[in-house]
Amino acid sequence: MSLWSRHKIFETNSIILLIGVLIVISIGGLVEIVPLFYLKSTIEKVEGVRPYTPLELAGRNVYVREGCYNCHSQMIRPLRDEVERYGHYSLAAESMYDRPFQWGSKRTGPDLARVGNKYSDEWHRDHLNDPRAVVPGSIMPSYPWLTQRELEPSLVADDMKVQAALGVPYSPEMIAKAATDLRTQATTDDPDAAALASRYPKVQARDFDGNPQRLTEADALIAYLQMLGTQVDFKLYDNKANVR
Amino acid sequence: MSDTYKTLAEFAQTWGLLYFVAAFLAVLVYALAPSRKKRFEDAARIPLKED
Amino acid sequence: MTQAATSQKSMTFGEAGSALAFAALALLCIIIAAKAHTPEYAFHAYLFAAASGWAAFKIVDRYYDRPALLPPLTINGKPNYNMGPVKFATIAGVFWGVAGFVIGLLIASQLAFPALNFDTAWLSFGRMRPLHTSAVIFAFGGNVLIATSLYVVQRTSRARLVGDIAPWFVVLGYNFFIVIAGTGYLLGITQGKEYAEPEWYADLWLTVVWVAYLLVFLGTVMRRKEPHIYVANWFYLAFILTIAVLHLGNNATIPVSIFSPKSYIVWAGVQDAMVQWWYGHNAVGFFLTAGFLAIMYYFIPKRAERPVYSYRLSIIHFWALIFLYIWAGPHHLHYTALPDWAQTLGMTFSIMLWMPSWGGMINGLMTLSGAWDKLRTDPVLRMMVVSVAFYGMATFEGPLMSVKAVNSLSHYTDWTIGHVHSGALGWVAYVSFGAIYCLVPWLWNKERLYSMKAVNWHFWISTLGIVLYISSMWVAGILQGLMWRAYTSLGFLEYSFIETVEAMHPFYVIRALGGALFVGGSLIMAWNVWKTITAAQDVAVEVTPALAAAE
Repeated sequence: MSLWSRHKIFETNSIILLIGVLIVISIGGLVEIVPLFYLKSTIEKVEGVRPYTPLELAGRNVYVREGCYNCHSQMIRPLRDEVERYGHYSLAAESMYDRPFQWGSKRTGPDLARVGNKYSDEWHRDHLNDPRAVVPGSIMPSYPWLTQRELEPSLVADDMKVQAALGVPYSPEMIAKAATDLRTQATTDDPDAAALASRYPKVQARDFDGNPQRLTEADALIAYLQMLGTQVDFKLYDNKANVR
Repeated sequence: MSDTYKTLAEFAQTWGLLYFVAAFLAVLVYALAPSRKKRFEDAARIPLKED
Repeated sequence: MTQAATSQKSMTFGEAGSALAFAALALLCIIIAAKAHTPEYAFHAYLFAAASGWAAFKIVDRYYDRPALLPPLTINGKPNYNMGPVKFATIAGVFWGVAGFVIGLLIASQLAFPALNFDTAWLSFGRMRPLHTSAVIFAFGGNVLIATSLYVVQRTSRARLVGDIAPWFVVLGYNFFIVIAGTGYLLGITQGKEYAEPEWYADLWLTVVWVAYLLVFLGTVMRRKEPHIYVANWFYLAFILTIAVLHLGNNATIPVSIFSPKSYIVWAGVQDAMVQWWYGHNAVGFFLTAGFLAIMYYFIPKRAERPVYSYRLSIIHFWALIFLYIWAGPHHLHYTALPDWAQTLGMTFSIMLWMPSWGGMINGLMTLSGAWDKLRTDPVLRMMVVSVAFYGMATFEGPLMSVKAVNSLSHYTDWTIGHVHSGALGWVAYVSFGAIYCLVPWLWNKERLYSMKAVNWHFWISTLGIVLYISSMWVAGILQGLMWRAYTSLGFLEYSFIETVEAMHPFYVIRALGGALFVGGSLIMAWNVWKTITAAQDVAVEVTPALAAAE
């Protein structure tokens, strides 16, 4: 009785109640989140995952801005039909440089985790301009403004600086060359393509939006879509080594 | 699986479980103890008191 | 400016300090606007500057108009309640509710008829959908929570709200956050995290507002005349505190520059996913559940004129609910790249969560025991009781969907959308409507609502809407999930993705119809609220409306 009557303080002391609530709600979050940063098994060791190129990063920001994640997931689950429809299930390592993550929660449209290199640049351009021109039953909105809006190359270095401060391995050289790398990647047969590829292995460099005169948001978005899920070579990937 | 994972999992499955059961029992005793019956009945009438 | 007063009347520290702070903020925002990287951000900076400038002017203007002494805490021994901010939030709740439902109807129609995107950036689904979710959750739900919490905490504490400017700052500041967030989505300013789309500067502003909210609420609780803190206030406090913690954790971003709207989150990939759904699920758990349970624990007993069924059960309900809810987030990430141990924890706790949820539902429903006849005569009480029944249904379905085997079918489909809306329309919106119908006559000192018949119409029209909405989404979701995993006899996938999209069309049309009915109901409410406020004191124009409604 005497011990239990002390619990009266919860009902009568708002600060104690406040502290009690804080403790109770902290436990679950701490147990589920903190180990993800310390357990090495959380993110597999995989060859090939590199940070986004300046153009891909700009494209990713267009993807985020237009809210593509509202209808498209980027997370293939290890279920038979998904693996057959979309490709190898997604690995944690494949989104290790994603800020924010774009796994999504709804597939009003198909998963995009491995959409890279599945369609031609022209298909993407036509599809973004008018989805129903290439997929008659589609309910996706048209994005005609993407091929109209110029992309400003000078700002992307600032974005990379912040990401580097957060731990993304962008070297000072990568940041210094950000604007030229961005232009190079959006140009077919640019003389600097080899230098770009030395900084970003397996990078695809060409004019993506079909208009070599202009550097547009469509260039960036298509460059991003064309690299999605193409970094890891699953012929070399050993599933068993990363059982968690 | 790393040893860290094993240690953590074992701790959670023993002491963690015990702790949760104890905490739940504590709340039950607190809420249901006969000595607090009157107080809680009064508290339940707070919204109905006019002023 | 600070001492520009007569000998007796002087500015309080709060008045002088906040006026100066707002003036400084206005100046800072003008500088930011001038150097902003994008025109959209400059627009927001000007909005901030205008709002802060107006606030600074209004505080000084209000000071010149007010009597020398601040309003007393009690008049003739009775608490002198401060209901102005509550009134504002109530009206704002009604306004944003209608707006949010209308946008919901638009995006539902866009999915059925994509031409409704009008090939226009700010009207396209990807930007409108966050506008819808934020408008209904944070603008409608948030204003209802602020209105009811500031009402209930005063009434159950028998004390005036703490602060003179602070309560107004909370209400107006919160609604300004809504405006910044909403216009931001349309202009393409987003963090790209579901239900946490506002960018860093909006988040920062909300943090300040939210701390003020916590202080006003807590301060009023501490000022109470009752020895006991009523259980509704426990739920409100847990809601305010937990949302603060979640908001800070999930919006830990570094801005690219103070002149840029863009920021990058400190978490990446799988960790960002876990933090996001720790936030996302507990926005459901603490914003849409704990906060609205507080409404249930005050408004249902008050309206039914009997104490809650079991106060002891409410205490167990409280601790069990807040403890278990926080673990449930990973069930949004089943079969993803999140480690299995976290998925298993999320599933286990989600299933356990069923128990406190139903404990709360039973407590709410059984409060009516011995007074069930009131359901026939009082459509407002009926709305709230039906909301508790929907709560029970949604919290049964939730644990079911968190089972990995079920989730493998339901995830990524419209089943999730159906589930969310059975909770959002049936539980959150209905209990809010009930609270608004109670609050409006109480706040504006009216004998009763303008029309009980209209409440009845609102109830039945929107109930039909909910039924159409959730049943069409269940069928659509399960059909979609089954089509995705259907195989031919030769072992090939039977349907291409676009075939599964085309199969959704009829259900999207039915869903939009359900949404239209829900919008219709909310318009009836808005009309009724407006007529109640503007009608004269003796509203008894209608001939025994309650009886008429009952027959």
